[in-house]
Amino acid sequence: MEGLNRPLPHPITPETQPYWDGLKKHKLMLPNCEACGPFFYPRILCPKCHSPNLTWIEASGRGRLFSFEIAYQAFNPEFKIEPPYILAMIELDEGPRIMSNLIHIKPDPMVVKCDMPVEVVFEKLTEDITIPLFQPAKRIGGRLV
Amino acid sequence: MKELSNSVCIVGVDESDEIGIVPHKSQLTLQMEAIRNATRDAGLEIADIDGIFAPGGVDTANQHSPAVLAEALGIIPRYVDGTGLGGGSFMIMVGHAIVALYHGLCDVAVIAHGESGRSRVGIAPRCINKSLSGQFEFPYGFGHAPTYFGMITTRHMHEYGTTLEQWAQVAVSTRAWAGLNPKARFREPITIEDVISSRPICYPLNLLNCCLVTDAGGAVVLTRADRAKDCVKKPVFVKGAGEAAEHLMLTQMKKLPFSEATRVSGKKAFTMAGVMRSDIDHLMLYDNFTSAPPLMLESLGFAEPGEGVDFFAEGRSTPGGSLTINTNGGGLSYTHTGMYGIFAIIETVRQLRGECGERQVPNVNLSLVNGMAGMFSAAGTLILSDQT
Repeated sequence: MEGLNRPLPHPITPETQPYWDGLKKHKLMLPNCEACGPFFYPRILCPKCHSPNLTWIEASGRGRLFSFEIAYQAFNPEFKIEPPYILAMIELDEGPRIMSNLIHIKPDPMVVKCDMPVEVVFEKLTEDITIPLFQPAKRIGGRLV
Repeated sequence: MKELSNSVCIVGVDESDEIGIVPHKSQLTLQMEAIRNATRDAGLEIADIDGIFAPGGVDTANQHSPAVLAEALGIIPRYVDGTGLGGGSFMIMVGHAIVALYHGLCDVAVIAHGESGRSRVGIAPRCINKSLSGQFEFPYGFGHAPTYFGMITTRHMHEYGTTLEQWAQVAVSTRAWAGLNPKARFREPITIEDVISSRPICYPLNLLNCCLVTDAGGAVVLTRADRAKDCVKKPVFVKGAGEAAEHLMLTQMKKLPFSEATRVSGKKAFTMAGVMRSDIDHLMLYDNFTSAPPLMLESLGFAEPGEGVDFFAEGRSTPGGSLTINTNGGGLSYTHTGMYGIFAIIETVRQLRGECGERQVPNVNLSLVNGMAGMFSAAGTLILSDQT
């Protein structure tokens, strides 16, 4: 799409639509198994117990940087953000892991560290699509807020 | 499972006539050359092939489909398998071929690969499963192998203190072997410093941490042990075979950086073979990136978590070493088309036959070859021997 600096999520499927609807309202929604708790990505059965009894819960938006990479070149012509940028695997406080970018930090392996606390930043791409990015968690008076 | 052990032999192996950068040949030509050469190596005719195994599901337009190869060769195989999980599919398909041959569902099986991975001659663009990756990975810049494999590598460094120098040693060891292989793409020795100072691609991976992208074909021919004695070359027995699949997206990899698929696959292969890890005297470990072989050693149980890199020290994995690894020069320095697995099997067979010339490892009787499909998504493990 004209003017976008990254590919839009595509194709969105019926079972994932509530996740994208939540992001539009700045809520990070996770599918939740009544017995086993939240998981990711959205699908029709719990990946642990295979129960179909699933609901949605709103995640706190907090987590840790489980792992990362620093891309020094573009790997996809549709992704137009100037390298270097940080590819991030976030482990949410609720447990599930999701892929994202870590922003508002120098893309330098001496600065970026696994397990550093992070928090969600909602990035609006279009009227319909908002994606979750992450930044280092803010501290006030030495404590994470 | 035990009755399958030693029931089938690899009787023919070979690459295409040329490998490396081959812009004057189509992918189909590379595939056909490899099949013809491996069949000839076995002392068989193409007309003898009645089972075709090729990783059909990986690519668009079924460019690797058994039907494409049957059509090109003008034969009608009575058994086909298109297991397409990625570069380790070939190890997995050896396991499937054993079962088919054992039960007489086919008599001569060929497992075939050919890919114009670099020159892209006669090949449609690669297709990645976009349904889930398109939603949850591509918007963030993911989409090529380095953008995934570095994620596993960084976490390993965090958990175990593994260093860039230790990963680099894997490239150094593998290049030393490539120096002894006339077919290897890059043969000049390299140092740890060369790897560390090579162009950064995607931290923690530099250029020399990544495999090549080449054009090549490779094929393996199998038949039942009772028929193998009529073939030209010394038969290589399939003692053990294992496979497993775990995930497609790395967020779903349960014990990252530890590969559960590899653990399950390896365990199955050892159980079937009835041998111990300490019995193995040669290893071929799929090396799409320098961190892959050490992580495989950990997931296969050869090394404690965090200690896989120690196997690549001078005098261990290197020429003349105590447990040699990736003796053809690997995907890092010999060839990597896009799906390297077939070439690791070919090297294992050649080592067991004693055909490797300058790089021949003395007294190889039992070799393990481990394939990774995708980003540790699936695994296939083979234990091969020159004797029952």
